[in-house]
Amino acid sequence: MASHATTAPETHGHPALQHHFENMEQQREAGTLGMWVFLVTEIMFFGGMFLAYTLYRSMFPASFASASNHLDITLGTVNTAVLILSSFTMAMAVYFTQVGKHRPQVLCLIVTLVLGLTFLGIKAKEYSDKYHDHLIPGRLLPGNPYNPVVAEHGDKDPHKLHLLEGATVKQVEMFYWIYFAMTGMHALHMIIGAGLLTYLIIFSLKRRFDPEYHSPVEVIGLYWHFVDIVWIFLFPLLYLLGRHLEHG
Amino acid sequence: MSEHIVPVRIYVTIFGVLLVGTALTVWAAFQDFPWQLNTIVAMTIAITKATFVVLYFMHVRYSTRLILVILTSALFWMGIMFALTFSDYWTRSWISIGY
Repeated sequence: MASHATTAPETHGHPALQHHFENMEQQREAGTLGMWVFLVTEIMFFGGMFLAYTLYRSMFPASFASASNHLDITLGTVNTAVLILSSFTMAMAVYFTQVGKHRPQVLCLIVTLVLGLTFLGIKAKEYSDKYHDHLIPGRLLPGNPYNPVVAEHGDKDPHKLHLLEGATVKQVEMFYWIYFAMTGMHALHMIIGAGLLTYLIIFSLKRRFDPEYHSPVEVIGLYWHFVDIVWIFLFPLLYLLGRHLEHG
Repeated sequence: MSEHIVPVRIYVTIFGVLLVGTALTVWAAFQDFPWQLNTIVAMTIAITKATFVVLYFMHVRYSTRLILVILTSALFWMGIMFALTFSDYWTRSWISIGY
């Protein structure tokens, strides 16, 4: 301990350096490593739901395609673009912190937060549509149990459920259990991410982060990109799997 | 402090790649490919997009080797979870023991 104090005190000078680290670089790498270990647990967590999805889709292919075709592909695509843009602005926020440009850094964080909230707003609109079409599975919401109206052949009403050959209403319900579980957990991660971004914006305005110390920005950035990656897989798996069967 | 700073033009390039990938996957979804190719194409595009995010936005390409080892081990164990589960479910119908 005593030897630390006598050797190269200038590398110990940063106020954010914790006493148990040798220098800022070691502290930063330890923080990044810890975040990646957490993201590994997140991969396993979402992995279990992707496993359930794959299993039931392989058992009920026609029903999953029918249920997927009922989702709003326009809103889904717009949300994908919104999330990718927010990942880009988050990466730029990390960049501007690294080079010490304060105003663009705060601006990028605010834009990222606004885009994240936009995603959640669009998601809420989609959930509301599913509620009105009686597609909330089981009896999760009192008074509005799962009870979609099945479209007759030739009926183009988008609010009715269009069943492909071999699909059943009961199996479609299974798709919506998985849809709400996966997008719901993803949305919860987005809400937590929005809270973390708010924290980053407040402490950025207090000028807590600089080129020497910016682990919180870097680490929350990793989290934000991870949530983006989950959506990159959810979008084709939930929204696009049956589109090529629609006109056939 | 030897921290690699990724240049802005790389971030912009990756952003462009991700948007093109999104457009491509939506277009491909409406094409009626034979067999299971629709799913394979969609997953290939998704994995490519995710790889770009991991390597550049998440800086794995410029990080220590340890980060890559941790990420790879996570994917490996997820592979075990999928492989063992489906080796059960997809082979149940091969034998008749009263289900």
